[in-house]
Amino acid sequence: MTAFFQSVFGWSYELAWFLSTIAGILLIALPLMLGVAMIIYVDRKIWAAMALRRGPNVVGPLGILQSFADGLKVFLQETIVPTAANKSIFVIGPIVTFTVTLLAWAVIPFNSGAILADINVGLLYVLAISSLGVYGTIMAGWASNSKYPFFSAMRASAQMISYEVSIGFILICVVLWAGSFNLGTIVEAQRGHVFGIINGFVANPLLFPMWVMFLISGMAETQRAPFDLTEAESELVAGYQTEYSSMAFALFWLGEYGNVLLMCALNATLFWGGYLPPLDIPVLYLVPGVVWLLLKIFFFFFIFSWVKATVPRYRYDQLMRLGWKVFLPVSLLFVVLVSGYLMYTGHFA
Amino acid sequence: MIEVIAFYLFAGLAIVAGLNTILARNPVHSVLWLILAFFNAAGLMVLLQAEFIAMLLVIVYVGAVAVLFLFVVMMLDIDFATLRAGFIRNFPLGLGIALVLLAELVMGVGAYHAGGLQLGVADGHGAAIAGASNTAAVGALLYSRYLFLFEAAGFVLLVAMIGAIVLTHRERGDVRSQNISRQVARRPDDAIVNVQPEVGKGVQL
Amino acid sequence: MTVGQLIKSFTLWEFVKAHWLTLKYFFKPKATINYPFEKNPLSPRFRGEHALRRYPNGEERCIACKLCEAICPAQAITIEAAPRGEDGSRRTTRYDIDMTKCIFCGFCQEACPVDAIVEGPNFEYATETRAELLYDKAKLLANGDKWERAIAANLEADAAYR
Repeated sequence: MTAFFQSVFGWSYELAWFLSTIAGILLIALPLMLGVAMIIYVDRKIWAAMALRRGPNVVGPLGILQSFADGLKVFLQETIVPTAANKSIFVIGPIVTFTVTLLAWAVIPFNSGAILADINVGLLYVLAISSLGVYGTIMAGWASNSKYPFFSAMRASAQMISYEVSIGFILICVVLWAGSFNLGTIVEAQRGHVFGIINGFVANPLLFPMWVMFLISGMAETQRAPFDLTEAESELVAGYQTEYSSMAFALFWLGEYGNVLLMCALNATLFWGGYLPPLDIPVLYLVPGVVWLLLKIFFFFFIFSWVKATVPRYRYDQLMRLGWKVFLPVSLLFVVLVSGYLMYTGHFA
Repeated sequence: MIEVIAFYLFAGLAIVAGLNTILARNPVHSVLWLILAFFNAAGLMVLLQAEFIAMLLVIVYVGAVAVLFLFVVMMLDIDFATLRAGFIRNFPLGLGIALVLLAELVMGVGAYHAGGLQLGVADGHGAAIAGASNTAAVGALLYSRYLFLFEAAGFVLLVAMIGAIVLTHRERGDVRSQNISRQVARRPDDAIVNVQPEVGKGVQL
Repeated sequence: MTVGQLIKSFTLWEFVKAHWLTLKYFFKPKATINYPFEKNPLSPRFRGEHALRRYPNGEERCIACKLCEAICPAQAITIEAAPRGEDGSRRTTRYDIDMTKCIFCGFCQEACPVDAIVEGPNFEYATETRAELLYDKAKLLANGDKWERAIAANLEADAAYR
């Protein structure tokens, strides 16, 4: 896009780079925000349908504008900062959560070459950014100067650290097979991965269990049900969000669902062939890659909602047991298996 | 142009954050400033085209170490009055440490101006591998030339971890901990007995 | 643990089964109604918002016997009485119901000898302020006028069982 700006408008490199980056950011961030608003509505609808309820159906046709009505309501509310709160950190908390959510989207490839920051350590960048996500929660929980948010912050930090370890090992399996940290290269490595026709690592019997574990760890990492212990309303009111109101609360909401969408996008990109169609058949390439990616993201979001509607919340010790005693050894075993298989078949040669 | 702006932004913020880390009264604020300093240091690494190190810095230090710092510091119940009470008593010690650090800095700057050390480049080892990304370059060095040191570092960490667990772990006999696999393996047949006792006779369980 | 159980636990068989169940429910018809546009039928005995009724000639039924005030377990009813100016008949000068206290037990309408205080079929009277829920006589009479047809129909439908 930089070259395009330079050639069409005759701008200097710096100006063209600056403006094209801004344009790229807006191109991702604005649809993402719209997508988050819609996905909140979709989440509520799916959840309601599985509980034989109707879900939001009043605002707009089929209730499709519900999220915007909620957003407007929240926007018009008074912002309350508790007197005993640590004010600056209290305000920074939700901003961190929201910003971090947007940051990670920079390296997701939307089509071949359509990627905002095509860096060769893209996957590490995603890991780094997602490990930052916990700070919003911790800061909010601590700065609220209230018991439940504090418990919630403690839980969040322990939970995120636990699951990041196994996510790291799972990603190593993918990286070993793709031979790169670059997400675009990883997607291309999945072209015709199994029998030369199926696009996606997920059809690979060595990587399928890794995908299942990545999906579950992703739910724990984004604090979605059944791992939503940070906002377990029956014991912690609303967790770290308890003292928040108005826009700050809305930022947490947007950040949370933005993270869920990011996890869906990562599932699609790392295991299901990203912007590639499911099968390596020329006819399917007529559909633009971004449509395939969005379809996959939506499919994974459906799974996330589906799980939320089905599985009851884990107890905290069960959560820790799953992370450290099941996922960590199993993912470590698969790192050995995958690298052993790749060495044996001479994949690296 | 852009990289100069970026450098001064990252460097300036890193210095401000570093200063605030030691000047902040509240320890939680200190840790948060420290995280900002780490983050800007990672930014500087990216400018040096050491993006692998930069990402590791963020993942390891910001993502894990600082979270644990914060975890501990948040739980401290600090009484600032007692902290200040020890200030005069510890002042000579603090002054001593400050002097040592200052001397080291001066010596470091002096050594740098005297020509510095040539690390790894002189005999050809450690020179950048042409054309490889620095992830690959770090890997190639780490798993060939520095393999022993790398593995040894791993063992040191393992020993430290086992030591910490051995020191703090205590076996308690009076708790009935949950055995999930046993619970899952339990079938109705193991738990329920259907009997038809005669009137007036009990059931032997 | 048998081999079968091991396979079951590693294939997450129970989770798969549970998700299959919820997926079937996803496509089932909804159990809830589309509330503000559809409503469930109400029993004639439904005890909703209170109303003070009048006789067909417009005379208010209440004779200020204070039985409802006496029986009210939540002590939500306050009545003051005096002879009415024009004909000297005993009437209420004040008839207040604190709807925030009321537990909708229906004792007041059971106690009433003249069917004056009744609990009508209306249950959609949410207000924005608390003060609006402190009903006075005028409000209760207005309710009676507004809901008289429904209340009369309900009383008639239920009369056979009394």
